[in-house]
Amino acid sequence: MAVIHDVMPAFELFQPPTVDDAVRLLGQYREDAWVMAGGLDTFDWLKDRIKRPKVVVDLSQVRELSGIREANGGLEIGATTTLTEVVRHPVIRGKYGILSTGAEAAASPQIRNQGTIGGNVSQDTRCWYYRAGWPCYRAGGNTCFADTPTAINREHAILGADRCVAVNPSDSAPALIALDAKFVIRTPKGERVVDAEDYFIGPGTDITRMNILRPGDLLTAIRLPADWAGAKFYFEKVRDRNVWDFPLMNVASAMVITGGKIERIRLAVNAAAARPLRLAAVEDAVRGKEPNAATGEIAGRLAVQGARPLRFNAYKIPLMRNLVKRAIGGVEQAAWA
Amino acid sequence: MADHEIEQPVTSTPLVVSRRDLIKGVIAAGAVSSASYLFRASAVWSQTSAPGAVERLVTLTVNGQQRRVDVMKQETLATTLRYKLGLTGTKIGCDRSECGACTVLIDDVPHYSCSILTHTVRGKNIVTIEGLASADGKLHPVQQGVIDEQGFQCAFCMSGFIMATVGYLKTNPNPSRAELAHGISGNLCRCQDYDKILNAMMRGAENLRRANRV
Repeated sequence: MAVIHDVMPAFELFQPPTVDDAVRLLGQYREDAWVMAGGLDTFDWLKDRIKRPKVVVDLSQVRELSGIREANGGLEIGATTTLTEVVRHPVIRGKYGILSTGAEAAASPQIRNQGTIGGNVSQDTRCWYYRAGWPCYRAGGNTCFADTPTAINREHAILGADRCVAVNPSDSAPALIALDAKFVIRTPKGERVVDAEDYFIGPGTDITRMNILRPGDLLTAIRLPADWAGAKFYFEKVRDRNVWDFPLMNVASAMVITGGKIERIRLAVNAAAARPLRLAAVEDAVRGKEPNAATGEIAGRLAVQGARPLRFNAYKIPLMRNLVKRAIGGVEQAAWA
Repeated sequence: MADHEIEQPVTSTPLVVSRRDLIKGVIAAGAVSSASYLFRASAVWSQTSAPGAVERLVTLTVNGQQRRVDVMKQETLATTLRYKLGLTGTKIGCDRSECGACTVLIDDVPHYSCSILTHTVRGKNIVTIEGLASADGKLHPVQQGVIDEQGFQCAFCMSGFIMATVGYLKTNPNPSRAELAHGISGNLCRCQDYDKILNAMMRGAENLRRANRV
């Protein structure tokens, strides 16, 4: 573990006051620039000397990036709004409860006080081979050290692996996908809005990136449409310790139930693959059915089709099956005799 | 004015000093030289006037005082507090946001001071463990709770726990034991003294409510 002998290596620091200034700096420094929001992911990389950006653009002074406002009947959450603000916001608690629950499941109180929603969805993977600086595929090399006969890969992917077997660790991401959130991105060419599930990319698309942001791009806001406000929600995170830990897996679902049947549903899991997965095939299979244990059983089996375990993570297959089952059929109450 | 203790030679220290005061005095006097190994220069500095460029000499508000201090761009608040301002009550445990020993209040909210740049907190109100007691030396009610319940063993984690608790109580002054445990769950104790720590913090919360009533 870390012994403190030194401060971080030097970098040039900018604290732009506006989004325009930030975008100008990112455009100027391109690959040399590192975007920092709360900094919780950033400082690990810099202190461990694994990444050494020349320029850090600290977004903490950009007031327009922070805060939650009503917009088009839904909400717009600024990218540097802290997780604590998201957790406590009365409208999010009242109408978009899975986002509140998901954000509160992340990290620790102090980290949520500083970590941002934009940072939580944009954070890098926790694969320790990659984070320790091993020259893996994701780091630009040509080996995956987590998928060898002796690799320790209990936390790694069961789906969507392509050379790299790392997973996305975000707890708010599956909730945002279930809520059909839209991500607003400032690029050098202007503003772009993408669906939550399209923000994230797997190794088959680009093995060195977790999301679609390219050098010069900035995630500025996340919009929650009104469509899923007040739906029936389920969020569950499974982890080894109750604080700090990243998910072994998490699940988020939003359902609209009419006449006892699932009329509309969105369902996502994370920490199963390099990107949070929206389970569209499962959604199609359960639409029109009753949200009960039998439907959940079907959903769970379908969800894990094609899953391929590594040496130490086969447990993730029944874990995912059961989480999806619970997300749709609910949790059965234990019967005490 | 804030820097006067740095200019003061160590020999002017009064004869009767506590061990802690002596250590703090030496740290303050020697901060510039003894910490220099921490602060290696690099070739990255650029002379730029772009919007958002930062100055090295900043004024921080720490425990109600204005402190002028020369801060590197990559310097964390924990480093500034301990090695430049002599406020060694803030501990550095993991330096990775994983233990909570460095917790301080920034605008009344608990943060890990090891994981925030000092430049980011310019203009904010920073409170460390040294800023809790009142001017006449009377302890903060949460500190008193620790003494009342003898809440810690080695107490390396103590200042972090106290700051996390003081911050949490600002949002929930009357927590249940479970709520408080959740509220200060971002702090670790390697002595595994959690039950007694919670006793102390619950007592501290009670002391604080009583103090606020009168």
